[in-house]
Amino acid sequence: MRPLQSYRMRLKRKRAKLRAWRKHFSLLPVKDRTARIRPGDVLLFCTFRDEYVRLPYFMKYYRDLGVSHFIMVDNDSQDGGREYLAAQEDVSLWTTKASYKKSRFGVDWLNWLQGKYGHGHWTLVVDPDEFFIYPFCDTRPIRALTDWLDTSQVRSFGAMLLDMYPKGRIDAVPYRLGQDPLEIASWFDPGNYVIEKNKAFGNLWIQGGPRARVFFRDNPKKAPALNKTPLVKWDKRNAYVSSTHMLLPRGLNLTYDEWGGEKASGILLHAKFLDTFTAKAEEELQRGQHYSASLEYKAYADSLRDNPDLWCKWSEKYINWRQLEILGLMSKGNWA
Amino acid sequence: MLVHTAFDRAEQVARHWAAAGCPLVIHADKGVSKPAYEAFKASLSDLPDVRFSKRHRCEWGTWGLVAATQGAAEVMLNDFPDVRHVYLASGSCLPLRPVQELIDYLADRPQTDFIESATTADVPWTIGGLDHERFTLRFPFSWRKHRYLFDRYVALQRAVGYRRRVPNGIVPHMGSQWWCLTRQTLSAILSDPERDAYDRYFKKVWIPDESYFQTLVRQYSRQIESRSLTLSKFDYQGKPHIFYDDHLQLLRRSDCFVARKIWPFADRLYNAFLTDNAGAMKRTEPNPGKIDRIFAKAVERRTRGRPGLLMQSRFPVEGRENGLTCAQYSVFEGFSDLFENFEAWLAKATGTRVHGHLFAPDRAEFSDGQTVMNGALSDSATLRDYNPRAFLASLIWNTRGERQCFQMGPRDHIKNLEWDLAKDPNAQISVITGAWAVPLFKSNANFSDIRKEAARLQQVESKHLEVLRSPWTKARVRIWTMAEFIEAPMEPLQTIIDEIGQQNLRGLAEVPRMSDLSGFGQFLQNLKNQGMHPYLMGDFPVAHDPHEPSHNKPKPYLVQ
Repeated sequence: MRPLQSYRMRLKRKRAKLRAWRKHFSLLPVKDRTARIRPGDVLLFCTFRDEYVRLPYFMKYYRDLGVSHFIMVDNDSQDGGREYLAAQEDVSLWTTKASYKKSRFGVDWLNWLQGKYGHGHWTLVVDPDEFFIYPFCDTRPIRALTDWLDTSQVRSFGAMLLDMYPKGRIDAVPYRLGQDPLEIASWFDPGNYVIEKNKAFGNLWIQGGPRARVFFRDNPKKAPALNKTPLVKWDKRNAYVSSTHMLLPRGLNLTYDEWGGEKASGILLHAKFLDTFTAKAEEELQRGQHYSASLEYKAYADSLRDNPDLWCKWSEKYINWRQLEILGLMSKGNWA
Repeated sequence: MLVHTAFDRAEQVARHWAAAGCPLVIHADKGVSKPAYEAFKASLSDLPDVRFSKRHRCEWGTWGLVAATQGAAEVMLNDFPDVRHVYLASGSCLPLRPVQELIDYLADRPQTDFIESATTADVPWTIGGLDHERFTLRFPFSWRKHRYLFDRYVALQRAVGYRRRVPNGIVPHMGSQWWCLTRQTLSAILSDPERDAYDRYFKKVWIPDESYFQTLVRQYSRQIESRSLTLSKFDYQGKPHIFYDDHLQLLRRSDCFVARKIWPFADRLYNAFLTDNAGAMKRTEPNPGKIDRIFAKAVERRTRGRPGLLMQSRFPVEGRENGLTCAQYSVFEGFSDLFENFEAWLAKATGTRVHGHLFAPDRAEFSDGQTVMNGALSDSATLRDYNPRAFLASLIWNTRGERQCFQMGPRDHIKNLEWDLAKDPNAQISVITGAWAVPLFKSNANFSDIRKEAARLQQVESKHLEVLRSPWTKARVRIWTMAEFIEAPMEPLQTIIDEIGQQNLRGLAEVPRMSDLSGFGQFLQNLKNQGMHPYLMGDFPVAHDPHEPSHNKPKPYLVQ
């Protein structure tokens, strides 16, 4: 049974690579500065659409972490985000008008770009509203983490998605260009997550948080997955299978310890719930370009019309990574 | 100084040593490309007392490191006749105290060899189960690159009972590879007439760099201090811990002479320790205690983790949780049926957090009617039943420091949880069997419905009791039948409360109010008459219960 299963996974991986190759024809280069990538650079890969207002802070955040080069895919933005990024010296930019959904939510595009430019590099795949937190991120650059992972012979690093939200109505405080979104969306759910193991792919399936608590309380099975493996020492044979939730080969999904210990892990602070969100939810619902027939956005649109307040008495205000470590949302593992 | 990467840092450190008047012999790994090596050599060419020794390929755990050390040490002893102590360092070592302090320290101890050297029998040192076998088996395959062959070959040698002979009956010792030896000792080791035999033997020992000098030094040294002057910590896989900028204060306070391994991009550390010559000048003995604790904690976290925590990077398979929950908690079954004000009473008597039926069908009855609990845990029954195990583990984790108590009963959704509860050593489960009949007895429902419901509850509870009585149960379980319990209610209550251990020592000042049970015996008899035999309550006399006050009272019945 096991060789058969391995073979099936191999086929899946090959299919993902093939899809990536097919879909890459729709990518048009806007600015290709990949010649500037040097060995050892940490690369960031990202797809975006009409996110200009978020991009300046996003770039600043990851530059400060020590990301050396950004490889971005613009999905037909109309708000000037493309022009902004094209002018950045550390960005290589592609653009496409193709369907987000048909590229499996950007995964195919990024798989191809990662295969082409990411081989042998540590690659970080995030969305414009995700902010990567890892142990000691306030004192050590991301290169310290990847060097340590290299010496520990670890190839992938897990970071759970942590939904951040403001206190009060989501649309109460407007988000300004260049602002730290966590100033507004600074609250999170500290301890209501559920985990199951995905036996086929070996990854953990994590759900919970404010989205399960508010939007999916009657249908928790449909609540969005929060497990992610955004930081991977990329090999051209690797492939993301479903967003950054699952990878192949399966060994890359084993970012957790099964014998009682804790591996090091991080957090993706998910600053999705800003005032821009209510409008976005409506728009995405119209486009129908999201996962599982945009079910998630349907749920949002319904609840948001009534009372967009995710905050509750037991919400926790974000301070720093040490707080998340103590709460048990992430771990230092044996990194000290 | 052994160097294989980060040459700019190695150069910086080499200059630091040289500036203090220490001659240096540098060995660069043979894996380093020729241009890089030449550039490195050229960068240090202005220093007169720097030599480069013959290059060897230094793979971790192989003989190359020892050969490199031997070669470099020979150059050192030949070229610099004034040298009295030789310090083995690496390119990622960083002197923490002014070099002059180290020189003075060694000058005060001219005959002392600083080398960590312990017998394998005494110290459970090693990773991967090989300790004395390091010295009695052969290891031709690389552990890093050919793990499979390495393991198979070890297994084969064990199977055929192969053992190597240790030459001249030397006793193998092990220790940190970073030492500081006197000229006398080092030259004696290097010019030993038997050296060929030793070298041949150690070439096939596993990780000889941690045992060659450590063993041979015992033959010659006059005075051994079995410790390394280099602060070097290893994690559970035998890899050295790495120091970063944020360790600056920690390293300063350690008073160690040299630390490894330093991250090459730790600019603040290099700036702090290589440029300020003032130093602390404390002349104290090295004291790495605090660093030890931090790294020991890190290893503990990696191998044992925080018990009771389920999270993205700690998700133990069944049986390895080290406790599903992180703290003790109490489960009460039947108590709130039998007593009218049990929850309020318990909260008052113990000062703990007392919830209602957390697994009730309609919602999780958190204490004080809250709809959300610590950790933003929702009271939604759907969310709870989606993963009751995670619900319980989260609740106990989120309320660390405050003991949790909750009610349970056969009406609750416990089917998916009862095994987890029973197997959790943190659970204190107290059961009054059959007490579920009291609300039925008090209810105003049709008797046929009551009969049906009673049959169902009895079945659920008897299954549940089987679980609690199973040999796999690790929880502290106490079970009374209802009849047994009301016979003398104070005694069991006192025991339970004592075990929770937060009550005042004067005993229970107040007692919970028991439901009025007059007529309960008859109620049970009625059930029996309908063919439904309620047996979990124990034996209740049909007619008049002697424990009840004879007068027909609406007054609450106090158990005293």
